[in-house]
Amino acid sequence: MKSILQMKKGGFSYIDGTYIFQDIDFSLKKGEVLCLLGPNGTGKSTLIKCITKILSLDEGTILFDGVDISELSTEEIARKVGYVPQSHSSAFPYSVKDLIVMGRAPHLSLFSIPSHKDYDLVYESMETVGISHLADRPCTELSGGEQRLVLIARVLTQQPDILLLDEPTSHLDIGNQVRLLRLINDLAKTGLSIIMSSHFPDHAFISSQKVALMKEGKLVGLGSPEDTINEENLKKVYGIDVKIKAIEEGINRKICIPLI
Amino acid sequence: MSVRTKESKLLRKKIFSNSINIFLLLLPFVILIFSMFVGRYIISPIVVIKIFLSKIIYIEPTWHPTMESVIFDVRLPRALATMLVGAGLSVSGASFQGLFKNPLVSPQILGVSAGAGFGAAIALLLLNKLILVQICAFAGGIIAVAFTYKVSKIYKTTPLLMLVLSGMVTAALFSALTSLIKYVADPLNKLPAIVFWLMGSFNAVSKSDIIFLGPFIIIGLTILILIRWRINVLSLGEEEARSMGINTEQLKFIIISSATIITAACVCMSGIIGWVGLVIPHVGRILVGPDHKKLIPVSLILGASYLLIVDDIARSVISTEIPIGILTAILGAPFFAYLIRKSKSGWNY
Repeated sequence: MKSILQMKKGGFSYIDGTYIFQDIDFSLKKGEVLCLLGPNGTGKSTLIKCITKILSLDEGTILFDGVDISELSTEEIARKVGYVPQSHSSAFPYSVKDLIVMGRAPHLSLFSIPSHKDYDLVYESMETVGISHLADRPCTELSGGEQRLVLIARVLTQQPDILLLDEPTSHLDIGNQVRLLRLINDLAKTGLSIIMSSHFPDHAFISSQKVALMKEGKLVGLGSPEDTINEENLKKVYGIDVKIKAIEEGINRKICIPLI
Repeated sequence: MSVRTKESKLLRKKIFSNSINIFLLLLPFVILIFSMFVGRYIISPIVVIKIFLSKIIYIEPTWHPTMESVIFDVRLPRALATMLVGAGLSVSGASFQGLFKNPLVSPQILGVSAGAGFGAAIALLLLNKLILVQICAFAGGIIAVAFTYKVSKIYKTTPLLMLVLSGMVTAALFSALTSLIKYVADPLNKLPAIVFWLMGSFNAVSKSDIIFLGPFIIIGLTILILIRWRINVLSLGEEEARSMGINTEQLKFIIISSATIITAACVCMSGIIGWVGLVIPHVGRILVGPDHKKLIPVSLILGASYLLIVDDIARSVISTEIPIGILTAILGAPFFAYLIRKSKSGWNY
């Protein structure tokens, strides 16, 4: 199958020459979930921001369906790629539905305001994510879990082909983490391609078909979770000893156990 | 909550918002009519309405021709100018508060008033011709903001923090230059002229001011009204806005240039009037919430109405006129203090 997103020799550096990441090559197919793993400060968030063109690559290129990112406008990219930031704060307490409808921005012209049709899409994506009851709540009075779901509903309203989730499970309790991973699996089944960064190798076993292991801005491993997440690689990336065990008994999944 | 109470609550909410809408729509017209009979030359409300109607249908004139002239040559142009300025400052303020993600921002933040004040002061000192004073004030305001924009530009972007800081620098610079002009100005003639001009007043507003400056304000207002929904998206921060396809540099430039043209034209018309652009958007948020789709038009109506009332007070309370810039601060500051203590509605830290 053809890949809908491809990064070729991607590199990003700050003006003083210190690079954040370099020589990154990967591709993503329709409906595929790619999990970015790596220690803090290794360039995962920067990489994600480069794909949405919030930041621009200094080296290499990104192709969407074979089209170079530099040939696409911010608006065109936003119709292909939706981004959920790690944290969100709004200075103004917009109601949840007014916040979610902002995802329609790349589909509306400069002077237009969202119509009933746009709000219908808002209610639809709130339904998908399971937050219809929050529609009129101020977005500043949400719990961490609710906020994350609202942002995902917003990105769905944007109707992109690719979702970029920057640490979607951070600061969430275990229940919300699992519900979110389930949602990610469900969304992937509908044909959305997803790139998410995470600090838990377990999440890759739960949700992804592909893993990219990063260390100090370089790709250390790329491939299926089963092949890529092994004790040797995790030692190399995180500098700790980890035991990986396959659990059967109806679970059929590998888990990572850090050794203390 | 039972379905029924929920429904009745929704219904009450709808009635409430509808009555606010009707109130807001009528407000400026009621105040405009009211402003026609306020003043030292007393014209009764019925005569005012008759005079207005006589322009549309034939009514036997039972009033003195002076009354018609007072209304059409003095009070109406002044009231229209006041409403334009009130609307302009409030909409600029609301847009800037959204742009800078900060409810404590006023239209003056990028130095437009300081620049316009300097332009006016130097023209009053050297040229002393009203039309030239206005041209210099307008140019001064635009130049000051262009300077702020230039200073804050890093590579191809203008970060918001840099804009605010450069705005402070620009305002400080132009205020100091204005002080310098005041210092060298002749204290008997020039100095009072400069001081009074800067205080702000609609005393000298004429029909030609409305004809020449009004279009700038109206064009700026139209643009800000048209792009108002995008201010919502921009207020989430530049990164998020860009990820939703907003060309943030372009949108920022549109907002800044529209608000600057409006504010510069307002300063030309009436001198420097503070507090309106800061306070009115807050009142708007209390009434209709933070969504700029509603907030911008509501700020326009409230700003026009508020400044018109204040101007009525300024010209009628005591026998000489009180500079309106002083009144808006005297009324605005305590009201603002009351607002920030009473309600946090519409914004959040």
